[in-house]
Amino acid sequence: MSLPAFAELLERLVFTPGRNAKLALLVQWFAAQPDPERGIGLAALTDELVFSAAKPGMIRDLGASRIDPELWRLSYDYVGDLAETLALVWQPRAGVNAPPPALSDVVEALQTTAKAEIPALIAGWLDTLDAGGRLALIKLVTGGLRVGVSARLARVALAEWSGQRVEDIEEVWHGVAWPYAPLFHWLEGHAERPDPRDQPIFRPLMLAHPLEAPDLAALQAEAWRAEWKWDGIRVQLTAGPGGARLWSRGGEDISGAFPDILAAMDFHAVLDGELLVLREGEVAPFADLQQRLNRKSVTAKMQRDFPAAVRLYDLLFDGTEDLRPLPFDARRARLESWHARAAPARMDLSALVPFDSIDMLGRIRDGARAASIEGLMLKRADAPYVAGRTKGLWWKWKRDPLTVDAVLMYAQRGHGKRSSFYSDYTFGVWRDDGELVPIGKAYSGYTDDELAWLDRWIRNNTTNRFGPVREVERGIVFEVAFDAAQRSTRHKSGVALRFPRIARIRRDKPPEEADRLETVEAMIDVTLAERNRAG
Amino acid sequence: MRPVTAPHPETWLKVTPSGLFCEPGGFFIDPTRAVDRAVISHGHSDHARPGHTHVLATCETLAIMTQRMGQGRAGETQQALPLNDPLTINGVRVWLRPAGHVLGSAQVCMDWQGSRAVVSGDYKRRPDPTATPFEPEPCDVFVTEATFALPVFRHPPAEAEIARLLRSVALFPERTHVIGCYSLGKCQRMIALLRQAGWDRPIHLHGAHVALCRVYEALGVKLGELRAATVAKKDDLKGAIVLAPPSAVADRWARRLAEPVVCVASGWMRVRQRARQGGVELPLVISDHADWDELLATADDVQAPEIWVTHGREDALIHALAQRGIRGRALHLVGRGEEDEAEPPAEAAAP
Repeated sequence: MSLPAFAELLERLVFTPGRNAKLALLVQWFAAQPDPERGIGLAALTDELVFSAAKPGMIRDLGASRIDPELWRLSYDYVGDLAETLALVWQPRAGVNAPPPALSDVVEALQTTAKAEIPALIAGWLDTLDAGGRLALIKLVTGGLRVGVSARLARVALAEWSGQRVEDIEEVWHGVAWPYAPLFHWLEGHAERPDPRDQPIFRPLMLAHPLEAPDLAALQAEAWRAEWKWDGIRVQLTAGPGGARLWSRGGEDISGAFPDILAAMDFHAVLDGELLVLREGEVAPFADLQQRLNRKSVTAKMQRDFPAAVRLYDLLFDGTEDLRPLPFDARRARLESWHARAAPARMDLSALVPFDSIDMLGRIRDGARAASIEGLMLKRADAPYVAGRTKGLWWKWKRDPLTVDAVLMYAQRGHGKRSSFYSDYTFGVWRDDGELVPIGKAYSGYTDDELAWLDRWIRNNTTNRFGPVREVERGIVFEVAFDAAQRSTRHKSGVALRFPRIARIRRDKPPEEADRLETVEAMIDVTLAERNRAG
Repeated sequence: MRPVTAPHPETWLKVTPSGLFCEPGGFFIDPTRAVDRAVISHGHSDHARPGHTHVLATCETLAIMTQRMGQGRAGETQQALPLNDPLTINGVRVWLRPAGHVLGSAQVCMDWQGSRAVVSGDYKRRPDPTATPFEPEPCDVFVTEATFALPVFRHPPAEAEIARLLRSVALFPERTHVIGCYSLGKCQRMIALLRQAGWDRPIHLHGAHVALCRVYEALGVKLGELRAATVAKKDDLKGAIVLAPPSAVADRWARRLAEPVVCVASGWMRVRQRARQGGVELPLVISDHADWDELLATADDVQAPEIWVTHGREDALIHALAQRGIRGRALHLVGRGEEDEAEPPAEAAAP
């Protein structure tokens, strides 16, 4: 009976925008399903288990075997998705009263059935299912579930369901394989935590809090160490006898996209660092790194054009020795000597930034304008490496953002709780010829009251509608804060902003006095010049 | 069945700019503009328009029309015709058979000189606690709708959809389930289905749904305890079920609800892309129209050699009818599908 239940879960997850609601659905799945069904479902949701038993051609053939070609054509035209069309038009043979398969039946049969018999096998299952179940089955066997459940979200759900800490789950996650029976037994309190032994596993990262003024005032310079906060993505490198892996900050395995880094991991250690695109020692804009992210595999050309590297922050394990309980200073010394000894390719050390006083550090931070630097990291000299976000051990001290006054051009409805609000704003600046050109989009930074006010204003000042998007009168000026300006072909203006957010609504400012495009372009030039000077 | 000497229905039942006109009888069926004599199949606004001089319909449809249009606007004179109770108008024998679509909905059956035409209006074949079940009438020409005339549209049992809704209510007890549904028919059917499934708590209504629920109750359909959602406190709406027009469920009105789970009850919800466009979190495939199988089964039941299709996806239906040896004809009537589900939902419009 598990496939219909799985189909219902899938359907809900696909349509549910809210994270909490998704968690509730997953928790219910873990609680209600027996082994191995719940583990197979979990693996399928998180793409740990991907089938390729059926190709689009087989779906078409199955359709042709049961339906008139003209009706199939009209149906496919209307629905637009092959798997969904087949699921909807499929008519179970009369008299079939076999029960629908369990997920484990599907997995087992696909592994043991000869290729030529797969279509008949699938047809037999389709006859036992309703439309939702058929869609789930077809998506499952063609390897295209795509429900938007990250492994991270699944682990949070496991934590919520079991009461165990998510960090403890993350430590064993990559050491257990689906259907995860030992994991579930531990989480239900029936067994010890699974021991991953030599398996390369992810260790949850230590995270920082943003530094606010009161905390800053309390800092004693001698107790702290400073490093640049590089604008890449935080990664963990795990290598040893059991293999090598590159993990994202949330514990996703991103090794497949970075064979160049993997090739350089011929050591036995666990490291913390920033993944960057580096050209001759210089950090390329974040947009270059983006070219390499979210890929399952990568071409040689991509690796040549966007060469990846890791700037190392920390050493967590040296061989099998766990360094995490050591104070930062001791780990740093170990990291430096390890790096000198191992001399791995594509990896350099993130330099410590020397300073005598917090005031001086503040001046260093204010002087840093290179686009590759987001600000400073402050780490307490005696702090061990602790999973998660413990306050007072690490601070991130981002430099003050750049700002620009831009005019609201388009508004779009948000999702979930914000679905009745126009909460996503596209804004622009004036070009020489007097045209307003868009430079970015922001959906944060305002208060609930401001959102309600903006929503009302937008509804009353709409000049044009395109589906969920409204074009509005040129009447609102936003002060937009952002971290860096970059050249871009995505916008008509030729510029793009990094992390734009609404700093405030400039009700005092008439739209014609908003900034001009050349002002924004000058900000790109500043950041480039800074970088060149720094380089 | 038509004697060879009898006239073909196309000689006496004509498509005009005002809609289908029974020439010898001198009356229109569901005319799209104000006429002298109108026979109305049911109360949805794309079938029942205001301003006719004489209106003939079931007493339920007349009551619904009067409520919606106001006294005097729903026909200067109204004549109630009970189901299956023939009347002769200028030599045309006219009677009404239940269509199963909404309360009072009827097929308009006509005999003229031995030839018979049936105009079904909108109809469905599924059980509905608020509507008398469809009864097929064998005829020479059957005039059908084709809202869901594609093999992709097969409505699941409504009870299973209600069960899904109630499972969701149990899973999210802190949230309001707000169901987008049309105010005539779907709303009352949803309430009745919920009651059948054992939901005996009060059901909250958007203001637009109240009046027609009162009409249904006055006509003997029991709906249980109904409350106004508009005046309820947010806390009272936790775990509650609220019915509202589809245009309101994802818009400003819904902000009064507790973290709403947006549901829409419609046959269109069968196709994912349709459901996604409206920001729906829980699509419920519940329809008051015939699905693909029902359309074809009805064609078999009425044994008509010729079927006229008023509105919807006539291509697929006419193709499938041809394979059964039935001649299909698309009427392309204008002005249909403006209320209820006859058109797929657009992005919920702002008020």
